[in-house]
Order: sequence, then C-alpha cells, then structure tokens
Amino acid sequence: MAKTKIVDIVANPETKREYFLPGNATCQGCGLDLALRWAMKALGPKTATVSPASCANVVTGLWPKSAPDWAWFNMAFAASAAAASGMKHGLIAKGKGDYNVVVWAGDGGTADIGIQGLSGAAERNEDIIYVMYDNESYMNTGIQASSSAPRGTVTTTTPYGKAKKKKNVPMIVAAHNVPYVATCAVSDPMDLYDKFKKAKDIKGFRFIQILTPCPPGWRHEAQYTIKQAQLAVDTGVFPLFEIENGILTLSGKSKRLHDPTKRKPLSEYFSKKNQGRFKLIDDKLIEQLQQDVNEWWSWIDRYLVYQENLEI
Amino acid sequence: MVEPKFFEGPQKGNLAAAYAAMDANVDVITAYPITPQTTVVEELSSLVGEEEFIARNQKTQFMRMESEHSVAAGLVGASYAGARVYSATAGQGLLYMTEMIHWMVGARLPVVLSIATRGLTGGGWNIWADYGDIMGLRDSGIMIQLLGTHQEIYDSILMGFNISEHPDVMLPLFPAYGGFVLSHTSKPVKRVPWEEAQKFVIPKRDEWEHVWIDSERPMMTGALIMPQSFYAEFRIKAHEAQLKAISVIKDTMAEFEKRFGRSYGNGLVEPYKADDADVLMIGYGTIAKQAEDAVDVLREQGYKAGALRVRTYRPFPTEDILKYIKKTQIVGVMDRAIAFGNPTAGPLSTDIMAACQRYDSTRNAKILPFIGGLGGRDVTYDDQIEQFKILFDLKEKGEAPKKPYKMWGTYWTGLITGSDKVPQGEEEYFGDI
Repeated sequence: MAKTKIVDIVANPETKREYFLPGNATCQGCGLDLALRWAMKALGPKTATVSPASCANVVTGLWPKSAPDWAWFNMAFAASAAAASGMKHGLIAKGKGDYNVVVWAGDGGTADIGIQGLSGAAERNEDIIYVMYDNESYMNTGIQASSSAPRGTVTTTTPYGKAKKKKNVPMIVAAHNVPYVATCAVSDPMDLYDKFKKAKDIKGFRFIQILTPCPPGWRHEAQYTIKQAQLAVDTGVFPLFEIENGILTLSGKSKRLHDPTKRKPLSEYFSKKNQGRFKLIDDKLIEQLQQDVNEWWSWIDRYLVYQENLEI
Repeated sequence: MVEPKFFEGPQKGNLAAAYAAMDANVDVITAYPITPQTTVVEELSSLVGEEEFIARNQKTQFMRMESEHSVAAGLVGASYAGARVYSATAGQGLLYMTEMIHWMVGARLPVVLSIATRGLTGGGWNIWADYGDIMGLRDSGIMIQLLGTHQEIYDSILMGFNISEHPDVMLPLFPAYGGFVLSHTSKPVKRVPWEEAQKFVIPKRDEWEHVWIDSERPMMTGALIMPQSFYAEFRIKAHEAQLKAISVIKDTMAEFEKRFGRSYGNGLVEPYKADDADVLMIGYGTIAKQAEDAVDVLREQGYKAGALRVRTYRPFPTEDILKYIKKTQIVGVMDRAIAFGNPTAGPLSTDIMAACQRYDSTRNAKILPFIGGLGGRDVTYDDQIEQFKILFDLKEKGEAPKKPYKMWGTYWTGLITGSDKVPQGEEEYFGDI
C-alpha cells in the first residue's frame, strides 16, 4: 500500500482541512477524536455518518451545536448497521448514491448490542463502511465492560477483573467474506488514513476496527494515548492487518511482529503501572492473556498458512 | 404498457397492501417475515421484479433485513435520505421495532408501516386478530388507523403517504387490520390505475424540510438535548402535528372520494345509522364493520340501534366521536384489545370516557365498556346483538344489567365461563364469576 506522508496531507487542501471541528467535547487525550479526525480526512465531505449511542453521540455536540462538518446522524444503540444500509438505499433512490455511508460505532455498539445488525449488513454485502472504534468498554455510560474488553480489565461492572477474553470482531466479520476488513490504531494515523482511503474506493461491505485508547476509562494520563496504542501494537495485543477479498496482509509495525520474539513483553502493557484498569493483573493472568494473544494471532496464521498453500 | 397481473377482483388483504405500496411508488421497502404479515413482504419481493412495474421504470428497492428492529432502523435511515419508505409487521415484530418507532416519531420521519394485528405471547403464542400489539403504541406519537375491509387496506396505504408526508404532519402512519380476518381472506379489491395513483399520491420531494444529507449543508441530527433546551418543545410539536393531522386526514379522504368514488366516513370515523340511533356501539376494525349487520337486524326488530367505527385512532378524533355521543347518550364501546390495569381494561373505552369529560353535553353520557375477540376469538353478530340488548336494557331500566361475564364494570363478550359458551364439557375455566 502506498504510504501517505504527512506532507501529502498538508499539501492537499481537501485533507489539510479539518472535518471534525475543534471545540468538540472530547476528553483530553481522546482516542476517538484522533480516529475521527484522520478517518474523515480520507473520506472527505461527501460522507454521511450513522453513529449509535456512544461517546461519539455526545462529544460531537450538545444540541444545537455540532462538531462534525459533514452529515452526522446519531442512532439508536442496536440500529446503526441497518439504518446505514437503509440510508445507502435511500440515497441511491434520491440520486445521491455517491455518498460514503459510514457507521461510527463503539465496541459495545458493535461487538455486543449491534452485532446482529452488523452481521446482517455484512451478509447482504451492503455498500457501507462500518467502523468500530474500540476503547474496549462502555465508556460513555461510565466504564462498564463490553465483550471487547480484555481479560482482567477492571471496570464498574467487572470490579474483580473481567473473567473472559476479548471478542475477536474483525475475524467474525471476515467470516462473512466481505470485500474489506482492516484493523488500525490511532498511534499510526497514516496507516489509518491509508486504510480509510482504500476502503472508500471499494464497493460493498467494509469493516475497520480502530484501537482508540480512553484515558479516563483505561486509567492512564492523557498524554499517553499514543503510547498506549503503540504498546498494544508492539506487544502483539492488537495486530494491524488488512483482509482484502479474503487475503490477509499484516500492516505497519505488526508486519515484523508475526515472530513472537520480536514483540515487547505483555507485562509492559498489562500492568498496573501502565494502565489503572489492569490493576488486578498478576503473573497468572499474564499467562492467560498470553494465551489469548496467541489465539488471536492463530487466526492470522490460519490465513497466512492458507495463503502460502495458495501460492504453491 | 404491460397488462397488470392483478387489477381488480377477489384479493387477500395482505396482497392488497403490497399492491398499494407499489402503486404509491415507494422507494425503499425493508422486509422481515412474521405471521400474519409475511405474505405482504413475500408479495413485494416478487412485485419488484414483475414486468408491470419494471416496464414503467419503477425502481423500488427491496431490502431483506435480519430482524424487525433492523426493518424499522432501515426505514429510518432511508427516510433520513428523503426516500419514500414502507414495510409491514405484526405482533412480536411490532414489539421488537418499538425503539425505532419512537425514533421515527422523534425524528419526524414519514413512514407508512402496515400491521396485520395479532395476539402477543408469553402465555403462549397467538397469531390471530387482536389489537393489543398496535394499542401498545397508542401514545408513541404514530398515527394509527384501524381498518375494516380489504379494499380499505389498499386505499388506506395509498392515502397514507399523503397524510404521513404532509408538511404539517411528518409523522409515521400505521394502518392496522385484523390478522387472518383480513390478511388471509379474499374479498373484492380494486386498484387505482397507475397514472391516476401518481396524480393522487403526494409528489415526492428531493429532501424533507427538516432533515437532509448534503455535503454543502452539513447537518447533525439526534444530538443530546439538555432539559433546559428544546426537548419539551420538540415533543409538544409532535403532539401538535397529531392534531393537525385531523384535518389532513379529512381532506385526504375527501380528495380520494372525489377521484375514486370510495370513502370511509370522513376518514376519522365511519357512522352507520348513527344519526337517529337510540343507542350507539362504538368499535374498530372488522368487528365494528360487522356491527353494521347487527344494527340492521335490530332495526328490523324495531330497535333503533346505531354503530360508529373509529377508523383513525391516533390522532384521536375527539370531536367527531363526541358529536354522536351527544346525540345518543347511551353508548357501548367494544375493544378487541386489553389494556391491563387501566380503568375499563379497554383502550378505546377509556379514551372515550376521558374525552366525554370535555363537555357538559357528554359528561353524563352512559358509557359501557365491552371487550371481546381477544387472540382471534370469534365475535358473531349474535354476540353483538346481545351487546346492543344490554344497551337497550340500560336505556329502558336506567341501569346496566348484570351478566355473568360482567366483571369490574366491563362486559367480557364471548368469555369461556359458566355460560353456554363453554366449549369443553361443563368445566369452568375462569373460576367463579
């Protein structure tokens, strides 16, 4: 993938301009804010966003103020994928089929309450981009665990640490054999930008998961948002990849992390010192988390091994 | 021009609904099966590929969804884009879409969604006529019309878009008819010819007045509204729109009658020999239509009975109903739905009792609540004659008669009890009454 450079972004007035306007209500160090900013630079103004109940519904502005400088529709929690599907068909009926219709959903709105609609839209191969901005819990309601929270995470509904592993949503979506599935993190905005740019030009159902750290929810200082996302990638906890028409490619820093020895130790990420939400993580949990991470990568391996055989 | 496969003749209620949606030239249909609505969307999935509609370049998009919640959400999304939208559901499906139905009202989206009403479950599945499903949404802000004939299903959906998309209204409209009673039986139905339908149905607009998708004029909808901001005013506006819909419904009915020669009262209520009646039975749906037969039988016997069918339940046609109550003063109200724990257990009878308090002229009217036909149980016109006799009893003796099936002030027509209606041996299924 041609890697866009920051100078290219600045040189082009279309990408230099800000779509997610300053003065919005995001917290200091908000990962969602960064993700939205860079995604919109790639998608451009001819975009209609459907966003289910989440921080994104609130930080975009109290009525009548509005931070998104493009069409934005807040939506009921479980309804986004279906509403976006309908919106795309409605736009086609009105001769505006050239608009990108984008779902901007949190991990709860995707992995939990929204997964039926997500699966339905993916199966129908609706011509929409579904974005899961993943801060690994229900942050807007005050930090409750979602199925996308990692094992051991302390939230207000898992005060003794979450007992179950993180749900692997990108692989669930990939099992629908949609044209495009990708993961990215706010620590690599150029990679994020390029993936949205690529997704924009693909027809059919596209799914992008973005790791968006949340300082109040993850209990780290606001200035470490990028560092946290970076660490999640470097430890192999959150691999960056694309699956285009069934072919998986590791991307960004994750390319060389297929080799586990190149990864930073998990204890650097999953530690009380690093993030307050990991305050209950001990050596035993680290072992289990290592297993979870290995399992996650095993899904990637299945693709890679299969693809190797294809090439023979 | 391609000859239509069906234009006029015996037709099932559900198929009449499907043809009406196509003749109203809807842009987007979202679909999910549920008994007894299923054949509506089945038929639509086939009609969108039929020559008649292809030949005239009709580009209706049929979306096969994965749940009713998504059916309603899909309608919301498509309507936000300015599209004309339609779907159909029933019973549990309606319950499952409830969240998005409230959304349609709040977002002021014009949607026409027809309901083949059925019983609700919990105590056991029931798929037969019962208005408990749609009545549960009576205060949600949607407009509700309760239909009595097959032809009325077709006509009401065609008229529905003129009401729902009217700039003064902009609220969803739910035409509802008894599951199986109308959905799966056939009676003569006549379509409106395509050209005439297009002249009658409200012209499509590029976008709605209050919401649009345009990169040059970006807007956000559904933002958080603080208590001291306009939330209350938005809600009141939707109520105001309901009240404005009363004249829009009347005008639409009048225009429809002028063009096609058919009418259902004034669109709000349909009276039958109500003007000179000594007693009046008010109801809705097919039971109210059947009450007309009971009226005829009673009139032959010398009883001056009258009937009034409430066709539009929301907005509530207060004035149009009270006009007749003022005249007769002895009134029965028949519900085919149960509103648990409310004063009469019948949604319509409670509404009518409340409305009567508005004026001195109706405040002392005697209103007797009846409930029957729940979960598709038959209500024959003999049952209805008995109901009328109760009203005449009240008129003559000044007191409502005691009946074994009168409980808590309401007459429960057709109940399995110690009466001769017990179908299974001598057993009493409802304890001591």
